[in-house]
Amino acid sequence: MVMTEEQARVRQQTKRILNRFGRRRGNLVPILQKVQGEIGYLPREAMLEIAEFLDMPEIDVYGVVTFYNQFRLNPPGKHSVRVCLGTACHMKGGYITLDAWKRRLGIDRGQTSPDREFDLDTVACVGCCVMAPVTVVDDKPQGKVAPTKVDGILLSFKLEKERQGEESR
Amino acid sequence: MKITDLQSVLPAFQGIKSRAESQWRELRDGGKPVIMVGAATCGRAAGALEVLRAIKDELKKQRLDCPVVEVGCMGHCYAEPIVTISKPGYPPICYGYVNPVIAERLISEFILGDDPCLEFVLGALEENDLVPSFSDFPRAKFEKKVILKNCGHIDPEQVEHYIANGGYAALVKALQMQPEEIIDEVKSSGLRGRGGAGFPTGQKWEICRNAGGRPKYIICNGDEGDPGAFMDRAILESDPHSVLEGMIIAGYAIGARYGYIYVRAEYPLAVHRARLALRQAKKLNLLGKNILGSDFSFDIKLFQGSGAFVCGEETALIASLEGEPGIPHYRPPYPATNGLYGKPTLINNVKTLSSIRYIIQKGAEWFASVGTERSKGTAVFALAGKVVNTGLVEVPMGTTLRQVIFDVGSGIQGGKRFKAVQIGGPSGGCLPESALDLPIDFDSLTDAGAMMGSGGMIVLDEDDCMVEIARYFLEFTQRESCGKCTFCRLGTKQMLEVLDEITKGKGKIEDLDMLSWLAEDIKAGSFCGLGKTAPNPVLSTMSYFRDEYEAHIKEGRCPALMCRELIAYYIIPEKCERSCDACVGTCTVEAISANKKRIKVIDQEKCVKCGTCLDACPPQYNAVVKLSPPSQVPASK
Repeated sequence: MVMTEEQARVRQQTKRILNRFGRRRGNLVPILQKVQGEIGYLPREAMLEIAEFLDMPEIDVYGVVTFYNQFRLNPPGKHSVRVCLGTACHMKGGYITLDAWKRRLGIDRGQTSPDREFDLDTVACVGCCVMAPVTVVDDKPQGKVAPTKVDGILLSFKLEKERQGEESR
Repeated sequence: MKITDLQSVLPAFQGIKSRAESQWRELRDGGKPVIMVGAATCGRAAGALEVLRAIKDELKKQRLDCPVVEVGCMGHCYAEPIVTISKPGYPPICYGYVNPVIAERLISEFILGDDPCLEFVLGALEENDLVPSFSDFPRAKFEKKVILKNCGHIDPEQVEHYIANGGYAALVKALQMQPEEIIDEVKSSGLRGRGGAGFPTGQKWEICRNAGGRPKYIICNGDEGDPGAFMDRAILESDPHSVLEGMIIAGYAIGARYGYIYVRAEYPLAVHRARLALRQAKKLNLLGKNILGSDFSFDIKLFQGSGAFVCGEETALIASLEGEPGIPHYRPPYPATNGLYGKPTLINNVKTLSSIRYIIQKGAEWFASVGTERSKGTAVFALAGKVVNTGLVEVPMGTTLRQVIFDVGSGIQGGKRFKAVQIGGPSGGCLPESALDLPIDFDSLTDAGAMMGSGGMIVLDEDDCMVEIARYFLEFTQRESCGKCTFCRLGTKQMLEVLDEITKGKGKIEDLDMLSWLAEDIKAGSFCGLGKTAPNPVLSTMSYFRDEYEAHIKEGRCPALMCRELIAYYIIPEKCERSCDACVGTCTVEAISANKKRIKVIDQEKCVKCGTCLDACPPQYNAVVKLSPPSQVPASK
């Protein structure tokens, strides 16, 4: 099978990361976290590379990846949107916030928008219960996110993008 | 192991301690005002970093040179962002609800000028004649800060702050004791595991010490997966060294060589601060080879959990450390004898470990003087939901729920009526008003159908539907079930489907019986705590709030007006103001329009029931209402 350029790059990048780890099964989760941290998700080639490195069946790597909520198999968007669905957030309308994000982005949880600008997912609890309902946008927790604030956040990204567009012109 | 004599450990620590103390003195008594900004995750969500930037910019603009310190969480999360200013000549004053504009004023008027801006004051940290102090607050009578003492008062990224406030002195003392003496001390303190189950800590240590097999491991369980709980996050973010110290002492007591701090990856700041604390401790030889010149060597690594609730269960946690999916194993053998890689492994919760230093330093008797007969010490709760003073609370065991919610938490937001309190997360239950006088300890809560759990406490008011909250928890446990046991995997799914139908008004009255027997079967047929306790939220709400279930089933009505399929938003024409368009502008799906008389009407087909119009309608009109069942909405003409 011929490797595409992207696949070859993923393999290279994964190999570089693996150099920093010992060949112990106990390192599997930290390796996956590191690879996802750098590539943004876990492509098939990365998992194959990891399986070979740790001398374990590919299916077991895949099994661990799909067991844990943290790992993703799709490329992320430029901005990540994580809607908290902890108890406090739920009771204060986190599910309504999630609906608002779905409606505005036109995608379901676990998906990336077609223009690869945003990816939407939920998180069990980020521990900011007093600011409920919370949405973590690009690693920054935003408190009291009502549907109108969803629009506000999206607008600020849009304005930012327009500003950058003008600057680059 | 030979016990190191005083000669080697003490001098090694003395140097560290005196350097830390002089650094702390310089900060506190350096003659300059000190500004402390609460920058734990909750503070950051409220905008603490913007406040921090505003403070630094303003100081620069005014050409002022005074130290600005990032501290952790004081527990008054409702008032975040919080800034504390200690200016010579004034008591340390704590300001709440600070934004960048207020921050600039604090600098120009209080630091530069002499006006302490009383309008923004939350309270003073010491008693004084100028402003009311926190100890004057009614809640102070019920609170007792032990393990939260440092939180919000020291910079968690500076080990010197911790040492100057008595940190690592317990380790020095412990290193001069026999391991058995330490275990005896912990045993007689009556400390029980704070992770939820309440197993006696000292006994666990003893089993682990006596177990054969080398090397032994210690794991700090910071996989705080309960939605609605954030105590462990707050402690790791605000006082990480207290956890480390407890771990090192435990390591010495059981004869362990390695330790792991297991923290959720969803807590990036806690991960960062714990990692930094490890580096600092290693540099000062409080960790590593021959700690402080003694014969004891101990290393700790940080491991990030990857988002699986079941990994809070100890055998699943170990499986995930070994690189396996987090699926629990049968116990016994317990991890204390056969744990990580089959070796004896001690697993303690974050709060349990951060209690250790006080037991060693102040003695078992001191620790046991607080609390009840069978539950000693203090309990830390994350108070959230519809309560006024949300935040972190530490009270002696035996305090009643009413005291925590109404005296410490100042009751329900917006003058609404209390309905229930949810304790223990997905494993716990909802307790009604009649249970409010229960003392909080491990045993009484379990008897009432809830559970101490790790300490999440969500207060619910009249607007919260009890069927919906039961459904919410079932949805959570069903998703998080690892799939090993059939009853947990399929039974929770079955219960969830039934509850889904009920919240949509499609339930049958026989469903309630089915829920009860499904619950019993799941409890009996599951292996680990997740399945054994998963039905608790349903059972407790069914026993205390059966009328709500019946209203959903028999009348298609949600009494709390929460279940979206059973409510409709409606604008009362008589109350709607012709000249106001607040709801039209704010509706997120353009479902509201004005009719010929300029009275606003909701298109029920388009409405997504997000409630934005209800919030937007000015209080003087108050025209938007929720109706249940939706058939109550008059047909449009």
